[in-house]
Amino acid sequence: MDLLRDVVEWFGDRASWRGSDGLVHLLAQHVWLSAAAVAISCAIALPIGLGLGHARRGEVFAVNVANIGRALPSFAVLVFALQLLSIGTGPALVALVVLAVPVMVTNAYVAMAGVEDDLREAARGMGMSGWQLFRRVELPLAMPLVMAGVRTAAVQVVATATLAALVGYGGLGLLILRGLRTRDDVEVFAAALTVAVLALITEVVLAGVQRLLTPRGIRRITEVPAMAPVIDPNI
Amino acid sequence: MGWFVGAQPWVDWTWVADHRELILDRLREHVELTLVAVVIGILIATPLVLVSRRWRGVYPVVLTTTGILYTIPSLALFTLLLPWTGLTRTTALVGLVSYTLLILIRNAVTGLDAVPADVREAAQGMGYSRGRALVAVELPLALPAIVAGIRLALVTTVGLVTVAALIGHGGLGHLILDGLNRRFRTPLVVGSVLSVALAAMADVVLLRVQRRLSPWKAGG
Repeated sequence: MDLLRDVVEWFGDRASWRGSDGLVHLLAQHVWLSAAAVAISCAIALPIGLGLGHARRGEVFAVNVANIGRALPSFAVLVFALQLLSIGTGPALVALVVLAVPVMVTNAYVAMAGVEDDLREAARGMGMSGWQLFRRVELPLAMPLVMAGVRTAAVQVVATATLAALVGYGGLGLLILRGLRTRDDVEVFAAALTVAVLALITEVVLAGVQRLLTPRGIRRITEVPAMAPVIDPNI
Repeated sequence: MGWFVGAQPWVDWTWVADHRELILDRLREHVELTLVAVVIGILIATPLVLVSRRWRGVYPVVLTTTGILYTIPSLALFTLLLPWTGLTRTTALVGLVSYTLLILIRNAVTGLDAVPADVREAAQGMGYSRGRALVAVELPLALPAIVAGIRLALVTTVGLVTVAALIGHGGLGHLILDGLNRRFRTPLVVGSVLSVALAAMADVVLLRVQRRLSPWKAGG
């Protein structure tokens, strides 16, 4: 197909990679924004989810917050952030964090709440303090599911960062939107392909991290939970 | 300092009154795209679920393929389809359907797998054929999980339709995009609020169906 040949040529052209609207710069912007958003979201969501799960409190909130998060269209959240925060990095970052936090909270909560009472009691019986129980028993067991939440959120963040070009932040979405406007099919296709590959790499890398963080002892007995929103405690 | 020039109310009600037709049209388009996408999704998912259950080796392949589709960002997926289907409704639908598959399939298989073995054996002992056991025993027990999948697929699709506005078929997303382009708050507030309301409605309705289908979990 002609288009595919043109796309290959586009990637081969050094001009596509250079400058402020080149692949290198936009990819770096995209990754930076996504990484910052995931880091901030972890810092907000994990203490809440893990804390509530450890204390066995706030179940209704923790479980349903992901549902609320899912109902928010990412496009609308971005545009609202733009209304409240002017243009550029600010609204993009805030919108991504707003979208990433709910699923992380729910996963962390469900993971902690899923640790069996018998185990908790045994740990208590061995004289562990609350912190030791959390750090040495609950957290390792909860890790696979907590990480599944982070992974789901991270992939969503990378996807939504594509839309950040709409609110004046760069990133790879810039090329897609510009190409759509100028009817440059090749640029659109090449940029979309790059975004797709970036998302898949994110997924694969975080799946690896998830596996590494799963304690060796439970690697065989628990299936490492996959990404995606199957967590629905209402089932 | 906002991106929008001057003090602007969040909602200009005269605009809303003047554009009631337009808003309803967009809303209808949004509902239509969502329902059509989820229905097609169910039609594609069903045979894949049956095949995955019958031949376990197929399941990882199905999961990986639909997982890849699910991972590709929506804007990228829509635009990757452009060379083949152009700026048509088909492009929007193919993209939207792709996202429902993983959710629908995973939930259905998980639900069917969760049917206790002794229940299955009892059906077998009563002389049920495989097909009859599936329809009369396994399916009713798995239905809550299956409906939960449909619910997630619906809510997710409602949100994704707004993104399809960028390729010309996005229901309420058009109002959001229009507001963004003209720097006019009203349409984007109307579009966003209606989209969230639609998702919430789908969620509540299906949750109710789900609860009704699992009376053994009632009690509250």
